Amino acid sequence: MTYEFLVASAIGVLVAGGIYLALRARTFQVVLGLTLISHAVNLFLFASGRLVLARPPILAKGVNHYTDPLPQALVLTAIVITFGMTALVVILALRSFLETGSDHVDGAIVPCDGQDGMAESAGEGEAP
Amino acid sequence: MTLADHLTILPIAIPALAAPACVLVMRRRRRLGMAISALSCLLMLAAALALLARAMDGTITAYALGDWPAPFGIVLVADRLAAIMLVLTATLGLIALAHAIITRADRKGWHFHALFQFQLMGLNGAFLTGDLFNLFVFFEVLLIASYGLMLHGQGPARLKAGVQYVVVNLVGSALFLIALGLLYALTGTLNMADMGARVAAIAPADQGLLRIAALLLVSVFALKAALAPLHLWLVRTYAVATPAVAALFAIMTKVGVYALIRVVPQVFGESAGAAAFVPAPWLWPAALVSAVIGFAGVFVARALAEQAAFAVIGSTGTLLIAVSGWQVASLGAGLFYLVHSTLAAAALFLVADVAARRRGAFADSAAPGPAFADRAGVGLAFLLAGIGVAGLPPLSGFLGKLMILKAAAAQPQWGWAWGVILGTTLIAVIGFARVGSAVFWKTAPVAEGPPAPASRADLITPALALALLGALAAGAGWASALAEDAARQVLDPAASARAVLGRGAP
Repeated sequence: MTYEFLVASAIGVLVAGGIYLALRARTFQVVLGLTLISHAVNLFLFASGRLVLARPPILAKGVNHYTDPLPQALVLTAIVITFGMTALVVILALRSFLETGSDHVDGAIVPCDGQDGMAESAGEGEAP
Repeated sequence: MTLADHLTILPIAIPALAAPACVLVMRRRRRLGMAISALSCLLMLAAALALLARAMDGTITAYALGDWPAPFGIVLVADRLAAIMLVLTATLGLIALAHAIITRADRKGWHFHALFQFQLMGLNGAFLTGDLFNLFVFFEVLLIASYGLMLHGQGPARLKAGVQYVVVNLVGSALFLIALGLLYALTGTLNMADMGARVAAIAPADQGLLRIAALLLVSVFALKAALAPLHLWLVRTYAVATPAVAALFAIMTKVGVYALIRVVPQVFGESAGAAAFVPAPWLWPAALVSAVIGFAGVFVARALAEQAAFAVIGSTGTLLIAVSGWQVASLGAGLFYLVHSTLAAAALFLVADVAARRRGAFADSAAPGPAFADRAGVGLAFLLAGIGVAGLPPLSGFLGKLMILKAAAAQPQWGWAWGVILGTTLIAVIGFARVGSAVFWKTAPVAEGPPAPASRADLITPALALALLGALAAGAGWASALAEDAARQVLDPAASARAVLGRGAP
């Protein structure tokens, strides 16, 4: 009971924090939010094969209780994909910030606080 | 085993081999890379046509990867619907690739051809797979390639829109995984046919979870299909993407629609008990709203590419009005309209590019500019593409909308469907007339003249897409019969389960 409660509430807290951050206006916070959400999703997928303690995931003689190996394979695929995607979105956010001078997701030209005059010079030519 | 047995895997294997070959040879021999890419598209078209010829008589081919029997291994399933979508993808891919090569858009970056092939691989895989998790994987393949293609050519506007596009789709992927996890926890399988058989036996206590999983899955597909209110990402992305890429993206929203058509009857079909057709009451109003928003966008668009992007939303809405009836007649009409609307939207993107290339600084903005080269020819192509998207005779959109209206008349609340489809057609016609007269008719005096006339070769690809629309109209009897057969097959999940699982399914 306590184990299930721990995992379930961890997923819930991660999702709540992830949604809050993903709804922020600046790309770095959004990226962090997406990372939290994908962590939560990975945990959730892992739990979808039921939480079983200290059991082997492969067929062996003399073992009657197993843990489901399929969610572990799914989580592995999901981790690889989200890892690659996080790297891409970080680079993309950085390029977008360097080219447009703004790190706002909605494309508004908002000067970054205390930047060295970048926002004024690089923000021109951007479609509204 | 002969080659014919492995035909089903070819639409995935060909681009998977062509893409790395393009990466390898592109740096030293650009022409060879282009040739590999074009050859791969031609081979894909041949394989897709062969698959269609085999599926024509109703055969459902299940291909077990690694010969692991379903439901333990992963299967590819080629039925009529999958074959139609494969032929459509290969045709559209060939047109978009030809346009990119003719306009030299593929030279703005090194990896255009490789990304293009991976995009086609993801699309083909999504149409063929019979396994829900593999559907997710192929969605990711096509999305990752589309991120690269969308950013092709770069520039601040594309990067800005690219961040939004990637973030939205990452959230969509997370939701897809949650839905998959729930469905796996409930049914213990990821094979669609097997899941369809097991969903009926789910305990009443778990019905709530099943509904949540179904609705999550459907909202992910609706996000990909750009169904209102999840359509906001589309216009900005498609309007700034390289036009040849935008033309290929015309089929990306249809992947979402395809996934709905495939998953809802098979997993949440009539045999699903309490969860049967759970998403139906939500899809219908959302489709009506998307059609209105899309064609209202066509009416107010300030640029040709933006107009084409709104037309994609509107045509997806119209398509889903037909699909959400879940009857053979309406789904058949919808599938016919799906093929038509994909080609029509692609033609519109290509014509917008052809005009933009001749107008210099005015690009594709819907404001009068200087008279430009080939104005009559480009204007005629725009007129025909507009006719195709709006759904007027003599092109196939007219027949598609007519069949949708006819099928909708048999359903309750048909007045809404008729009102929305007819009203949006009128709005679209006025919108295209307004933009067309501003761009191709009026002339504004400007200081500098129009740029030097370009080669007329870039008119070939939109003309080809429009000719295909004409051919679809001419062969509408055959095509609509095929579409209806495909719809009947999709709505009979038991037959597909027998073919996939190789035993008497319930």
